[in-house]
Amino acid sequence: MAAQAESGGGATTDTYKEARTWLLMPAWLVLLVLSLAPVSMILIYSFLTKEFRGGVIWEFSLAAYDQFFFDRGLFGDEAPQIEWTYITIFWRSIWQAGAATILSLIIGFPTAYFIATRAEKVRPIWVFLVTIPYWVNLLIRTVSMKFLLRDQGPLNDFLLSTGLIDNPIHIVNTNFAVQLGLFYSYLPFMVLPIYASVERYNFALSEAAADLYATKWVTLRRILLPAIKPGVIAGCILVFVPSLGSFLAPDLLGGAKNFMIGSLIEEQFKGNAGNWPFGAAASMILLTMVLIILLVFARRQANAEKREG
Amino acid sequence: MALRKYDIKSYRGFGAMTILCLVVLYAPLIVVTIYSFNASKSITVWEGLSLRWYVDVFSGPESAKFKLAAWNSFVIAIIASTIATAIATLAATAIVRGGKFRLRTASIGLISLPLMVPEIVTAVATLIFFNYIGFDRGLLTIVLAHIAFCIPFAYLPIAARMQGIEDSYEQAAMDLYATKRQVFTRILLPLMAPGIVSGYLLSFIVSLDDFIITNFVKGAGVETLPTAIFGAVKQGIKPNIMAISTMLLAVSIIMVTISYIVSKSDNTK
Repeated sequence: MAAQAESGGGATTDTYKEARTWLLMPAWLVLLVLSLAPVSMILIYSFLTKEFRGGVIWEFSLAAYDQFFFDRGLFGDEAPQIEWTYITIFWRSIWQAGAATILSLIIGFPTAYFIATRAEKVRPIWVFLVTIPYWVNLLIRTVSMKFLLRDQGPLNDFLLSTGLIDNPIHIVNTNFAVQLGLFYSYLPFMVLPIYASVERYNFALSEAAADLYATKWVTLRRILLPAIKPGVIAGCILVFVPSLGSFLAPDLLGGAKNFMIGSLIEEQFKGNAGNWPFGAAASMILLTMVLIILLVFARRQANAEKREG
Repeated sequence: MALRKYDIKSYRGFGAMTILCLVVLYAPLIVVTIYSFNASKSITVWEGLSLRWYVDVFSGPESAKFKLAAWNSFVIAIIASTIATAIATLAATAIVRGGKFRLRTASIGLISLPLMVPEIVTAVATLIFFNYIGFDRGLLTIVLAHIAFCIPFAYLPIAARMQGIEDSYEQAAMDLYATKRQVFTRILLPLMAPGIVSGYLLSFIVSLDDFIITNFVKGAGVETLPTAIFGAVKQGIKPNIMAISTMLLAVSIIMVTISYIVSKSDNTK
């Protein structure tokens, strides 16, 4: 999505040059107050002291970050050791989001290629079919997935009736269920940017390779893939980034054992933990990681465009 | 066409993967839709077609709760998407028709901020913010949070559309002594209509569907459809939830389809 928003650039005219301050004012006001200011406040809150039941005391403290990374014993007086609990949760989030990304790449890449090589007239219809599920409520989609995968759910019923399995496969409340849920939530994000770059791809290059007796798979790997790499990376980011901070899939499909960072944050604000600075610190760690990924990508993209002239 | 071995436009298995992709995307939705018409009280046993759970949604024991939640959801979505679309239209005019200026990139960045920040972080941030300024959480806080979040979704189709319109119509009108305001309201806005409708519908769906942000900024006892559904699902998936989900699903699909047709119909001109 970020990449798409940037494409608001390009050629511009200046019919409304004088009025632009007034035209932009409402957007700036609303977004500064309701988007930038709140996000900046997380940074501040992560360095404050926690109040017993939610809220903060305005005293500078590193306690939240300390709690995230170090274990100082029950009374806080032991030599600091690395606290693995939260690092494990963070690592699990990365792993789950990564698995979902790979899964969507495996399904999404052939789909995008297939659609982009259809007749020009029918392509928008295929794209539309892939996009529709994205606009269906994420909560409903996650619940539907849970319903489908249950031990006595339609998928197991189907597999049992075909005789493929003798006992229901237990999927819900496993890591795999979360991966499936994330994959399902963001699959359209993988297909769309890859589709866009394959559509722009000059197939004469592949034809030239084929004329020189490169097999199809060699052509795909050595000619096509390098050319559409930005689209593939964009797709991976668009799946990985929202998966990383996801709350619904781990909560509904993973159960208590398969906590991800989104659930950790949620618990600090809505659940019983009630440690706002700690929740803010966890949010900052997540946000920093996301912004680094987006920045690296944006820079690479800008460099690539510069090279193309 | 060369030998099939060298036909670079068809790879074995890619068509099958595409079918698999669509099956994966649609199977859960179709299954829930089918089971919402189940006559049985239990969600596991199929006992034939019936509309009983739809009747239950409108007149059953929980109907009052769901009706209020649905009402809240629609009111919030209408207010938030109307304001967000208006703001996005003005901003798009400045960014696309305002020439080059220093704050242009910053403006685009600010507008896309809600898309880049993970939703749970936005949710927490908004909660902290309202708490800090001492704003009582309720319907108004949800509306305000939704406006900010909806702006980029309204902005994208509107800006894309405006970029596709050459400014020669506007130039011609100004040559005929139309004021800037007249050019804006009589030339630019009508030409922009499909983009604006599309942006409005998308931000409407985004607001209608939002769970995470709403869940954080809503006051106690205030529910929207998604938060009510989430609360109910926590106690197990029940047939009436499947009926509500199917209706909400239908609303989303209808709106996206309208948005698609509207934006399509005009591109062919």
